[in-house]
Amino acid sequence: MAELDVTIVAVERKIWSGKATFLFTRTTSGEIGILPRHIPVVAQLVDDAMVRVEREGEDDLRIAVDGGYLSVTEGGVTILAESAEFESEIDADAAQADAASDDPRTSARGRARLRALGQLD
Amino acid sequence: MAATLRELRGRIRSAESIKKITKAQELIATSRIAKAQARVHSARPYSNEITNMLSDLASGSALDHPVLVPRENPKRAGVLVVTSDRGLCGGYNANVLRLAEELIAMLRLEGKTPVLYVIGRKALTYFKFRNWAITNSWVGISERPTYEHAKEVADSLVAAFLSGADDDGDDPGEDGILGVDELHIVYTEFRSMLSQTSEARRIAPIEVQYSEEESGPQTLFSFEPDADALFESLVPRYVATRIFSALLESAASESASRRRAMKAATDNADDLIKELTLMSNRERQAQITQEISEIVGGANALADAVK
Repeated sequence: MAELDVTIVAVERKIWSGKATFLFTRTTSGEIGILPRHIPVVAQLVDDAMVRVEREGEDDLRIAVDGGYLSVTEGGVTILAESAEFESEIDADAAQADAASDDPRTSARGRARLRALGQLD
Repeated sequence: MAATLRELRGRIRSAESIKKITKAQELIATSRIAKAQARVHSARPYSNEITNMLSDLASGSALDHPVLVPRENPKRAGVLVVTSDRGLCGGYNANVLRLAEELIAMLRLEGKTPVLYVIGRKALTYFKFRNWAITNSWVGISERPTYEHAKEVADSLVAAFLSGADDDGDDPGEDGILGVDELHIVYTEFRSMLSQTSEARRIAPIEVQYSEEESGPQTLFSFEPDADALFESLVPRYVATRIFSALLESAASESASRRRAMKAATDNADDLIKELTLMSNRERQAQITQEISEIVGGANALADAVK
């Protein structure tokens, strides 16, 4: 079966790269799901974006992405982020507190992390 | 030179304490290089990817964006100079500042007014002493730069660049802000532990490399939102990334220069201590010899007097 080559890079480090069967996220113009052999796309992700990567035989990866872009080419999928965090790295209480913040940026980051934890749709 | 023993011992002591300081600085710098190098390395994938994405976009449609097209009759050029906050790093700052001066002289020759942005206390004092107008400065970030710092710098530069689009000479144009028409950055590139070179680069307008020969079928991208809007939001990030990687390279170079300068200082202190120890031993032996000959002389004189 065809697979996606997914690379997720943040400004200061490469977050993750590997094979996936499906990738889901939300761009500024709506939700997008990517299967192998998707047409080439460049898109901007919403401020409070969460990326879900589904893999064969392994648990889904859920990653909170801040300031992200998505690029799909024949070679694979690349997600560029200013910062990104895995589900396991997220402190739920801090995310809750950030989400309630007045600053729109901080609040978006908090919501993205809550989304990665599955506490928000 | 007939220095006294006491003076020589004092000088040895002071050389020893200087050596302790330079040795410590050397060790600190050595441990920082490895970290700084690792950061340069781990920031590379992002800057490669964002460059790819930008060139996909540029070839996709947004070819006439102000960031890509050099302006007709550019009048003002922004220059960002990256130096360190502290000295004791050999020629590191002097090299950057010399190159910055050259760039500024060249811009003047081309009829552009340089607009200065500086990072690091060394450049700040250098240009202040020469009574240059500094538009904006940041200190305390050059040794351990974070992306947040780079973004702050980039926001200021991009704002100046975008507001410079409608300037006409010294007339600030419609927005009332006197911006710049070009952006340059002067920093130090980290080539290896032994070689760092100061570099001057233009970051905007971006120089796009068009491939002349057709390399197979071009990928046709679809864009969400449209290519222009994407480009607009991607450009500040691209500039921030360029500045961030320049800051990281500079930080690594600073540590490498400091390590080299401090190693040389430590070696010199060692040589000095050796030389001074030799001199003080010679002086001590001379004193003993003199005392002995005085005693012998006295004894002989006594013996002669008895006869």
